[in-house]
Amino acid sequence: MSIKVQNISKSYNKIKAVEAISFEVKEGELFGLIGPDGAGKTTIFRILTTLLLANEGTASVAGFDVVKEYKAIRNSVGYMPGKFSLYQDLTVEENLKFFATIFGTTIEENFDLIKDIYIQIEPFKARRAGALSGGMKQKLALCCALIHKPKVLFLDEPTTGVDPVSRKEFWQMLKRLQQKGITILVSTPYMDEAALCDRIALIQKGSILKIDSPENIIKKYDKIIYDIKAKNKHQLILDLKNYPSQYSVFAFGECIHYIDKNSVFNSTDLQNYLLEKKHMEIEISVSNPTIEDVFMDL
Amino acid sequence: MNKEKIIEVQNLTKQFGHFTAVNSISFDVYRGEIFGFLGANGAGKTTAMKMLIGISKPTSGEALVAGFDVKTNTEMVKRSIGYMSQKFSMYDDLTIKENITFFGGIYGLSKIQIKEKTERLVEELKLEEVIDKLVGSLPLGWKQKLSFSVALLHEPKIVFLDEPTGGVDPITRRQFWEMIYAEANKGTTIFVTTHYMDEAEYCDRVSIMVEGNIEALDTPKNLKSKYNVASMNDVFLKLARNAE
Amino acid sequence: MKRFIGFVTKEFYHIFRDKRTMFILFGMPIAQIMLFGFAITNEINNVNIAILDKSKDAETQKIINKISSSKYFKINEEITNENQIESVFKRGKVKAVLVFEKDFIKNIQTIKQAKVQVITDATDPNVANTISNYVNAILLNYTQEINKNNKSSHQIQTQTQLYYNPELKSIFTFVPGVMTIILMLVSAMMTSISITREKELGTMEVLLVSPLKPFQVIIGKVFPYIFLSIINAAIILLLGFFVFGMPIEGNLFLLAFESVLFITTALSLGILISTVSNSQQTAMMLSLMGLMLPVIILSGFIFPVSSMPLPLQIISNIIPAKWFIIIIKAILLKGATISVIWKETLILIGMTVFFIAISVKKYKIRLE
Repeated sequence: MSIKVQNISKSYNKIKAVEAISFEVKEGELFGLIGPDGAGKTTIFRILTTLLLANEGTASVAGFDVVKEYKAIRNSVGYMPGKFSLYQDLTVEENLKFFATIFGTTIEENFDLIKDIYIQIEPFKARRAGALSGGMKQKLALCCALIHKPKVLFLDEPTTGVDPVSRKEFWQMLKRLQQKGITILVSTPYMDEAALCDRIALIQKGSILKIDSPENIIKKYDKIIYDIKAKNKHQLILDLKNYPSQYSVFAFGECIHYIDKNSVFNSTDLQNYLLEKKHMEIEISVSNPTIEDVFMDL
Repeated sequence: MNKEKIIEVQNLTKQFGHFTAVNSISFDVYRGEIFGFLGANGAGKTTAMKMLIGISKPTSGEALVAGFDVKTNTEMVKRSIGYMSQKFSMYDDLTIKENITFFGGIYGLSKIQIKEKTERLVEELKLEEVIDKLVGSLPLGWKQKLSFSVALLHEPKIVFLDEPTGGVDPITRRQFWEMIYAEANKGTTIFVTTHYMDEAEYCDRVSIMVEGNIEALDTPKNLKSKYNVASMNDVFLKLARNAE
Repeated sequence: MKRFIGFVTKEFYHIFRDKRTMFILFGMPIAQIMLFGFAITNEINNVNIAILDKSKDAETQKIINKISSSKYFKINEEITNENQIESVFKRGKVKAVLVFEKDFIKNIQTIKQAKVQVITDATDPNVANTISNYVNAILLNYTQEINKNNKSSHQIQTQTQLYYNPELKSIFTFVPGVMTIILMLVSAMMTSISITREKELGTMEVLLVSPLKPFQVIIGKVFPYIFLSIINAAIILLLGFFVFGMPIEGNLFLLAFESVLFITTALSLGILISTVSNSQQTAMMLSLMGLMLPVIILSGFIFPVSSMPLPLQIISNIIPAKWFIIIIKAILLKGATISVIWKETLILIGMTVFFIAISVKKYKIRLE
């Protein structure tokens, strides 16, 4: 096991940040902590990177205990904090060189690990980090976290505030790093990124709701979700919420996700109900559940 | 839907020195519409929005917001719009009531109006127990719903939302969109700027800015079928690839 | 060692690339010394005064001539009776009125004593004080002269002499003061800001999770400022010496040692501030309110400690700057050696050790 978390609890001034959390990350796994802001993701990262002491429970990273052997952990992990923004007044090259030096290594020594990523930002190596675009900054930050060839990589919300193109590239980079044997723990508030992880933990209000592979989580979801469309979305939501056998009604992009209480559901009945309410352009179809649907139903 | 234009933009351009941030964009937004204004960071969407809310002067081109020229009549433009951003919404160290009173006050609402509005908000958002609590102590989702309501206090014709739902939990997010739908249904126009493509799926129509130009403008459904992809995220990826 | 050098190099990049930091580091000391030296001075020049001479004899005329020929005073008006005093002050034309008593020359000759009353406009107490000091000095000088001429005189001589700063040159008291302020500002404020900046950026988290030991981080952050503070101290002293002709009587090595000691005190205070504040803004406010104000007000730099109320005098003892000002004045102006200032030096060393001890205790290897 690369990361082992057992019954970790942590509160700040009596406010519980995480409560009795347990999970394990296997060596070489890409594990995602998925949950909204304030769910406790950053607290977990800080406990695992030895920056915070848990009130209860134990945890180990790369075989070292986070309390007793914190120095060993600090030597063997790479960490990209959530609001990490590098030194804005240093150039790309100076930033990278600095992080290499403090980890007692050089850019050349571990260049093959960061090569794929670094060649994308190399044309801007004389530019100050403050003048880079969001995607470039993120790549540089990843290079800095990798420069000492860590066994475990901690990435706290690396894609927040980054455009879709850079997000996609970033996940591709993570996949490649994983192939090089690095264990990666990543957190994100975006449910659509969950599918890119090997396994995920859905987390909310300091507790883990579910741990499994994204495929299994969706496969094990037993309710049928219907996509419903009509011209007036606002009225559609109100009317669906008044439909006697409704279980849940949620806006979901272009359409409404509707779940019925009964396992036997007749869409014609609903269609007639909606027609009665004078809806136009009604469409009802079965939808594939997403992680977000599962999350909302937990 | 009646197609009354509430925002009319003609060849709107903004240059900073030799750099063209917004390159002669043109589009219309209709009354009661939820309009998504998308683009990557640095694509020019913030600059364009700043011109529309009257805090930045266009280099050239025309824009009418609620019928007022953004170049010459910024005062009236500002009176007709509401604004909510994820970064700044309300004062954390004031109570909900104090925030409502303050924001009502700066938009020139009378004491009686503020009182009525406060009562209605308390009822709609079920605030009885928290009305005298500091905004800072509320969960993020509450804050967002509340600041949306505050942006609507003076009954603006158009509300500008800057990345409104980033980071909130999925259920609160749905509740937030339900509020937006309800408001749009009343005839208020909702102008959403964001770089989160899944937020775009909720809009009636979206425009996508790439490097200062509007590269696409249509309903999410049409855009997805035009580019033959499953999500707005993929539409965006295709557009960005074309630009390279 | 390589890590340390890498760290310090990075720190110098930060400093040299930030115009504001550079300004505070090098613009401020020069600007302050120039300001205190030329503009904000306690010296007086060409002050308008009025004379009420009730005696109008040869002796008073001599004194009046002497006063008006000095560059300090200009006789603006001669008034004839006491009722006019109030009105000349009210018109704001003069800052002081000299009143010579009746039968001035007779009194000197008979009872060997004559009176001159100096009435000053004390709406500006500092100026008033300086004026009366200057008038006294001139009168003293004058009595000495007549005593020399008639050796048999029994006139009482006032034994007031102005030591160390015979011309009352205020720049000599300001140079040590400004030096203290600048060293405090550079060392304490700049370090606390630069450490908290790393906290704000999130880079502190990464540094903590790196193999760097916490004290290496702190020393690395502090080192460049020790270096820059020494340069600053040198600039201030050179300006004082060459531009304003301030004497440097004491041993330069002692001076350097005491300066480095004070810089260390200030740095340890800066580290202490950075351990309790999480943003640059807090660090700045704490340094300004907690360090700069006491330095300016309680250290004896502007307001003499001896004239403060007792509680403030007691409080002033815990201000490191007070002791440094005593030390540096003694070295610069009196040429004092360590045998004279060992007590103050020990106090500073004690304070430094104390602050470093708390900072080390407060400094966390973790985030809380």
